[in-house]
Amino acid sequence: MAPPTSRRSGHSRRAQYSIFTGYVVASIGALIGAALLAISFFQPSAFSGLRGAAANTVEPAAEVTTTGRNGISGLYDNISGYLRAGSQNAALNEELAIARIKLAEAEAVEQENQRLKALLGVKDTEVEPVVVSRLVGSTSASTRRFAYLGAGSNQGVEPGMPVRGPHGVVGRILEVSGNSARVMLLTDSESVLPVRSASDDVIAFAEGRGDGLLSIRLINLGINPLEPGDVFVTSGSGGYYRPGVAVAIVEEVTSDGAIARLVADPAASDVVSVEPIWQPEGLDGAQTPVEEELTDGQSVPASVATSGPEIGQ
Amino acid sequence: MTERLNRVSNSSEYGRKINRESSPWRQYSVPYISVIAGSILPVFVLVGTMPIMPPLGFMILLAWRIMRPGLLPIWVGLPLGAVDDLFSGQPFGSAILLWSLAMLAIEQLEQRFPWSNFWQDWVTAAMVLAVYLLLAMFASGAVPGYFHLTVLVPQIALSILLYPIIAIVVSWLDRFRLIRTREVF
Repeated sequence: MAPPTSRRSGHSRRAQYSIFTGYVVASIGALIGAALLAISFFQPSAFSGLRGAAANTVEPAAEVTTTGRNGISGLYDNISGYLRAGSQNAALNEELAIARIKLAEAEAVEQENQRLKALLGVKDTEVEPVVVSRLVGSTSASTRRFAYLGAGSNQGVEPGMPVRGPHGVVGRILEVSGNSARVMLLTDSESVLPVRSASDDVIAFAEGRGDGLLSIRLINLGINPLEPGDVFVTSGSGGYYRPGVAVAIVEEVTSDGAIARLVADPAASDVVSVEPIWQPEGLDGAQTPVEEELTDGQSVPASVATSGPEIGQ
Repeated sequence: MTERLNRVSNSSEYGRKINRESSPWRQYSVPYISVIAGSILPVFVLVGTMPIMPPLGFMILLAWRIMRPGLLPIWVGLPLGAVDDLFSGQPFGSAILLWSLAMLAIEQLEQRFPWSNFWQDWVTAAMVLAVYLLLAMFASGAVPGYFHLTVLVPQIALSILLYPIIAIVVSWLDRFRLIRTREVF
């Protein structure tokens, strides 16, 4: 098919000018885009108001699709369970998985208690979630891994708060608007989370790789003590996440750490709870020095270890 | 094909042959609404591990641009890209830049190869999609790494395979756009 003849300008001055103007405006559009992109890089929170308003408008529709999605996945679970060994098989498997994680967490808690015995006067308080809500959507076409939460500042959600599913940590709040919030998932390649091994005292950073797996980077280099199957839990340093929540299971050991699988797949955890920042006062002093390495979090450095050693990023 | 040409020539040459015209509102709003809907749609899919959804908004824009040259103005990347940036998770400005560049690039391609058929359209769309997704990765604000590239391959492949289906949907929308509903006396 040939292009329509009406777009050939011929000798018409007016047509020539209008085509030329189109090119100029398109080029200016590209330049504006480049300028806005540069602003977004240097000031990640610059357009959060616009994004928040946009997320608010689609949030009700997302709630509806979430309900439908959960119904469909529940149906699928039932069918697959029935086909294998009765419909309760799927449910039992789920329960077993949770029990395994809980066991690892209990180990971690026990160890944490031993450590805390040394520090008299430290009171461990029960954490009450700020809000329990649903992940209603995600940025499924982009390289970045963000999810949208069905609760926002009206429900008391604030940037920096950790988000956890029934299995373990999912991510943390990045931007908040009225009735929705943007969550940076652990799988995002800019996400860094201080963790430690549940069974012994190996401290590490869990970084998103961008392909759904986490890379565990040990802080103390030397002999790599990790083995496939090791469970990593939050260490509590940095002050955002309270210690002892399951994060990842080691899948493959590498020379400087390991490659780990997420414990809580965000797509599988339909109901998540937002918890308050664990040590808000500890954050203030720690926020300034490593601000530069953050490309997206506004004032929310996850990699800041208040007491841990500095490592080169 | 002949039927469509007929419809166009009917409306211009004989005017309201059967007393009906397509509504101008619908004629001009359907492409924009469909692209915006395509930008919002991937939000409803919950994927935590890797980018798997094709960039639907961009693909619908591409299909309109390739199948109906001249319908959308060449600078349309500025407004539609801004809407896409609000939902895509990319830093604001990335789609404005890349969509504007894509419109300019397709214009150049079309001037060089003015006669087109289905296969050529598909190849054009495939090239533009692959380059777009690659550049979008660099514009995403993440430090690009090996693993980003590996997860990009399935997304690019899926997008390219999906393009003909998007093109069919856009041709349905095009037919809907031109339905003669307005009665003229």
